Amino acid sequence: MAVPAGTKALDARALRADFPIFEQLIHDKPLAFLDSAASSQKPRQMLEAMTDFYSTSYANVHRGVYVLAERATAALEGAREKVRALVNAPDVREIIFVRNATEAINLVAYSWGLTNLGPGDVVVVSELEHHSNFVPWQYIAGRTGARLAMIPLTEEGELDLSSLDEIAALGNVKVVATNHVSNSLGTINPVEKLVAWAHDHGAIFVCDAAQSAPHVPLDVQALGVDFLAISAHKMCGPSGVGALWGRSELLLAMEPFLTGGHMINSVRLDKTTWGELPHKFEAGTAPMAEAVGFGAAIDYLNAIGFDAIEAHEHELAAYALGRLGELDGITLYGPPADRRAGIVSFNVDGIHPHDVAQILDMQGVAIRAGHHCCQPLMQKLGVAATNRASFYLYTVQEEIDQLVDGLHAVKKVFA
Amino acid sequence: MTGEFDQMYREVILDHYKNPRGHGVIEGADAEAEGQNPLCGDEVSIYVAFGDDGETIDEVKFSGRGCAISQAATSMLTEMVAGRTATEVATLDKDELLEEIGIPLTPVRLKCAMLGLTTLKVALHKAKGTPLPQGLAGFDELELT
Repeated sequence: MAVPAGTKALDARALRADFPIFEQLIHDKPLAFLDSAASSQKPRQMLEAMTDFYSTSYANVHRGVYVLAERATAALEGAREKVRALVNAPDVREIIFVRNATEAINLVAYSWGLTNLGPGDVVVVSELEHHSNFVPWQYIAGRTGARLAMIPLTEEGELDLSSLDEIAALGNVKVVATNHVSNSLGTINPVEKLVAWAHDHGAIFVCDAAQSAPHVPLDVQALGVDFLAISAHKMCGPSGVGALWGRSELLLAMEPFLTGGHMINSVRLDKTTWGELPHKFEAGTAPMAEAVGFGAAIDYLNAIGFDAIEAHEHELAAYALGRLGELDGITLYGPPADRRAGIVSFNVDGIHPHDVAQILDMQGVAIRAGHHCCQPLMQKLGVAATNRASFYLYTVQEEIDQLVDGLHAVKKVFA
Repeated sequence: MTGEFDQMYREVILDHYKNPRGHGVIEGADAEAEGQNPLCGDEVSIYVAFGDDGETIDEVKFSGRGCAISQAATSMLTEMVAGRTATEVATLDKDELLEEIGIPLTPVRLKCAMLGLTTLKVALHKAKGTPLPQGLAGFDELELT
């Protein structure tokens, strides 16, 4: 992917000083943290924002008339505005705080899906989906009698768009739901093309951006999607908060997902009416401190610049693919470096990923081994599991070298 | 070999992994079950043949795919339970197998090590109605009849 002219390169070595997690040895070795696709590490700036909120501005938000409640409300709503700007949403009321991207997709699957899907309808997902964007659709399709169709993958691990005509012939396409970037292979999906196809068929497009939001500039208006789901924890923010963006006309027409406190307009014994957006979809006490942390994480990433983050990760992916390619007996999965994000999935011939990851851990290298919540993809690849190394703004080349050295040791143990 | 790896990947584990005992399928087995580890997608199928008394385990075989720990543990298990009764094995303490494995296991790897034993207990339950092991995560396909 081309780096825009004038992009300032980031200094990963300097940025590591912001992350307290690196101030320790793991098994007496420096930590090579190559699992940021599962969850990222946290900068001091974000941690301090949460602590500061708890220490100085904490009270339950909305309705309270005292100073602390006002401060807390302003902090929560300030964070909402930061998320709006992050995804370039037209209206801040379209930003709904949820627990994570999985909850965001469930919200759409239940609230939109249960009302709008039925027999004869087709829900389209891809073989590349995280379970977060597969299981909710499989489940809701099953409950409504709609059919679940899959966009298959090419040999290089990219979506095979030539299959779309065949899928359209299956019935009335109502929803197309894919990720923006694959958490497993790092594939960058052609969302604009898929959106155009979905809209041509009168379908909505739901984008799982959990794996792209940490790394690339997002713009829901340019992408043209109808819903977009993100998680804070993958982008330097805390666990326990994420966001759903949806077009207001869709959100307004939808039934609520969770009901209870805060999401109401009025409650009478015989009837309850729903609150305005976004409150209609935010039942219960909000993840307030987490939202504040999310906002601080967005500030942190903006200060570095998403273009610089993206360029850094492409560089690391290319370096990792090159270094891993030098080793014998390594199978690499996914597209070439220029068409993938900072994620490299691989297998070591004859050695189970669990064993690879365990021996790497003993050398201070943290990678993920397993199905990465992508069992349909693993079935397609014909493997039970893969090893996955993933990179972020604080990743340095030495960590990839540490991985490669570690793999030599793995092969020695199993020689 | 680097010393620090010896503890987990000690010779006996690697030996059982590379030369698994009881690897294969028993056609027309008296008891069988499939198990999955939902954490990593590993799968194992266990087959049991009983002796003439219909109670003593004559032979156990297994097939499937998994990491060195799960495969070695299941291999050791096939040797450990031969000659015992279904009732004995159904209540076999997991510590007995863990002692045989003889390596420190993190909670995640403990699940790898227990996959074979849990699946064997399910097979015995299906064939003989013996008690089920505690915590049947991963056996959602199981029809408890």
